[in-house]
Amino acid sequence: MIFLWAFLIGGLFCVVGQLMFDVLKLTPAHTMSTLVVVGALMDALGWYDPLVEFAGAGASVPITSFGNALVHGALTELQRDGWIGVVTGIFDVTSAGISSAIIFSFFAAVLVKPKG
Amino acid sequence: MATKPTSSRSQVKGLSPKEYQAIAKQHEPRKNILTNCLKAFLVGGAICLIGQCIQQFFMSYFDMTTKEAGNPTVAVLIFISVVVTSLGLYDKLAQWAGAGSAVPVTGFANSMCSAAIEHKAEGMVLGLAANMFKLAGAVIVFGVVAAFLVGIVHIIFGLNGVH
Repeated sequence: MIFLWAFLIGGLFCVVGQLMFDVLKLTPAHTMSTLVVVGALMDALGWYDPLVEFAGAGASVPITSFGNALVHGALTELQRDGWIGVVTGIFDVTSAGISSAIIFSFFAAVLVKPKG
Repeated sequence: MATKPTSSRSQVKGLSPKEYQAIAKQHEPRKNILTNCLKAFLVGGAICLIGQCIQQFFMSYFDMTTKEAGNPTVAVLIFISVVVTSLGLYDKLAQWAGAGSAVPVTGFANSMCSAAIEHKAEGMVLGLAANMFKLAGAVIVFGVVAAFLVGIVHIIFGLNGVH
């Protein structure tokens, strides 16, 4: 069942993005930035965790989960270490995603010849 | 379409800007929003489905909880995305799928990888490295600022990170 919800909810996030492209005529950069902020706000309101519970990768794969993870890290360390945790915790959860994207992209770019 | 150049030129001259815009609008390639949304839905859903399969794999073979499986799942998806981008296939998918391939985390990795490859010729430092975050940078900046503000709100209202 989780597979079906992952497909449906993940697809739905992408439809929202497509509507922002086509109807609101936003650039990809504007769309992605907006979705990240939306994800951050959803986690601030406590809505994102239940959604991940419900839809699995359907909620954790779209870029909104990046905003969710940033807020999650900040709030978890705020709880543990006090106010400094807001700054130290922001990249706590997202480190895997950002680091692997940098590392893999770097080596790919070194190896691959640009086209055209 | 097949009018002589002279006559079409005089036609254009006789048009008011408003009329011209109306005609131009008629001939604009019509974006079919519904079809685009359907494509985005299918591809985006499929990418999330693949993510779910990877996550399930980590959970059953490495005995991870849902939360623990999240990071390796994202890393594997990013790796796949970088490979597909390097083969030049992600751009083709993106042309068909629009937001369907841009919104998942694979799109984030694609934007970094393709920018790095594209600007490689300008040098390792000023090209590859400096341009990697062209689109991803905006996403990170707004995400971090939003997370910071949420943290500040928690401090001000004494919520202390409970959520």
